[in-house]
Amino acid sequence: MVDARAASFTKRSIKTSMKDAGLRIVLSMVDLTTLEGKDSAEKVRSLCRKAITPDINDLTLPHVAAVCVYPELVTTAKEALAGSGVRVASVATGFPSGQFPIDVRLEDTRRAVEAGADEIDMVISRGSFLAGDRGKVYDEIASIKEACGDAHLKVILETGELETYDLVRAASDLAIHAGADFIKTSTGKVSPAATMSVTLVMLEAIRDHYLSTGVRIGMKPAGGISKAKLSLHYLVMVKETLGDEWLDPGLFRFGASSLTNDLLMQLAKLREGRYPAKHDFSDA
Amino acid sequence: MARTEVLKTYKLYINGGFPRSESGRSIKALGADGGLMAHICHASRKDLRDAVGAARAAHCKWLARTAYNRGQILYRLGEMLEGRAEEFAQAIKQSTGDDLRTARKEVQASVDRFVAYAGWADKFPQVLGCQNPVAGPYYNFTVPEGTGVCAVVAPDEASLLGLVSLIAPVICAGCTVVALGSEAHPIPTSILGEVCQVSDVPAGVINLLMGKRGELIDWIAGHGEIDAVHAAGMSEKEAKGLRMGAAVNVKRVRIRDTSGDGWYDDEVCESPWWVEGFVEMKTIWHPSGA
Repeated sequence: MVDARAASFTKRSIKTSMKDAGLRIVLSMVDLTTLEGKDSAEKVRSLCRKAITPDINDLTLPHVAAVCVYPELVTTAKEALAGSGVRVASVATGFPSGQFPIDVRLEDTRRAVEAGADEIDMVISRGSFLAGDRGKVYDEIASIKEACGDAHLKVILETGELETYDLVRAASDLAIHAGADFIKTSTGKVSPAATMSVTLVMLEAIRDHYLSTGVRIGMKPAGGISKAKLSLHYLVMVKETLGDEWLDPGLFRFGASSLTNDLLMQLAKLREGRYPAKHDFSDA
Repeated sequence: MARTEVLKTYKLYINGGFPRSESGRSIKALGADGGLMAHICHASRKDLRDAVGAARAAHCKWLARTAYNRGQILYRLGEMLEGRAEEFAQAIKQSTGDDLRTARKEVQASVDRFVAYAGWADKFPQVLGCQNPVAGPYYNFTVPEGTGVCAVVAPDEASLLGLVSLIAPVICAGCTVVALGSEAHPIPTSILGEVCQVSDVPAGVINLLMGKRGELIDWIAGHGEIDAVHAAGMSEKEAKGLRMGAAVNVKRVRIRDTSGDGWYDDEVCESPWWVEGFVEMKTIWHPSGA
């Protein structure tokens, strides 16, 4: 059912001016991400320049929503993005495994917030969750939410490790009740990462929570969304599951690195009427 | 009981596979007598884009192969083409109305053309490259390297020989190819894909599209990922459009005015100067003893 429903969102044809508008919305929702061991301050600065001005040839394009980095690089990102409106997101809590003592994970979170992170992307303990110790996972999320202070908390379920849609739904409900501002599919380090089906399950959890409490939780699929066309399918799914209010960077994000360049290439093609080359766009 | 004839649907050749067109469209290939020969997949500009992506992805590895190995593969293309010579000859005969002798001659010349460029693969660098005299303690030399992704726009006539003559030097140079075959006689283009697939040609190095030139040529000209164009059988208007579009990303454009018997002129069509249009010259300064 979920797969069939998710597949139905890929059948819409979105062309020309609608495509242009859609791509701009997607661009404004991107969490431009770099999470590699080889990340350096200069790479992050470069990525921040791209976040603020995605394409120097079209200054009408919106800036992306946030730059997502490791805690060590938050200070660099914060300085580079000062005054731009682009937020700084940091992964924390022993990303990507979460297999660290809770006090270390809390300290990781506090330091990232102190360094200036506006948003924290935490990972849950999938081991505990799958072992049935859901109370422990709940308490972890709640304590990390407290450590976040004013920073927004995104809770990564790592759906690629949760095996079934039932477990994804259970983890979504758990994260929402424990205080998540956003729920997020994946770290990007595990395959499969985000899929439309798994995102739909999570969107439905958000919808049900909204219908019963009136509280709006955000959603962030991450990993594996590298094509503009696919990102438009996601927009259709969000609109038809949650409505227009979620078509906003405040409630929906794409965690992606290579998606941005595909968006920019598609936008350039619409603007110039020819296909640009990959090497016209910088990696970072 | 009378048997229903099974007509083949000829498919595109992209990234080592045989997709139907992404658009789902097909064209009827008619014989010289007006009868239906087959249905042909009709490439869209999305197919073109996919093919260019495949060619780009394949380029580095193709360039990294030894020139000797590129030669071996070109020779293998000739071998496999020879093995299916009769199928090509019949397709050409039926489509153009040429007699079988003429059609066979075209196929043989196509085999020979692959073999000729197989020979050039590890020799053209010696013709086009050079050692440069410089005033200093340096050993200075220049070597040619394949430019990148090259689009081939084949002429309508000489549907096999023209196509092969445009593709072979480009592959030989170390480029990868996205070729748009003859619009009037598309079947040989598709069979050539089947030859490529069994000839050790790595996936993506040769991609073959059948379709309407008018639909695709502007997209070829403007595509930023295409670095060069090798074309023949162009009208003045088409040639101008191609050059204008190509100017945007400074493509190398070579338009041959070869036609008719000209395709059988080995002096012209099997020359290292046909390779020269698709290489970049790299000059190296190497310190040497004072």
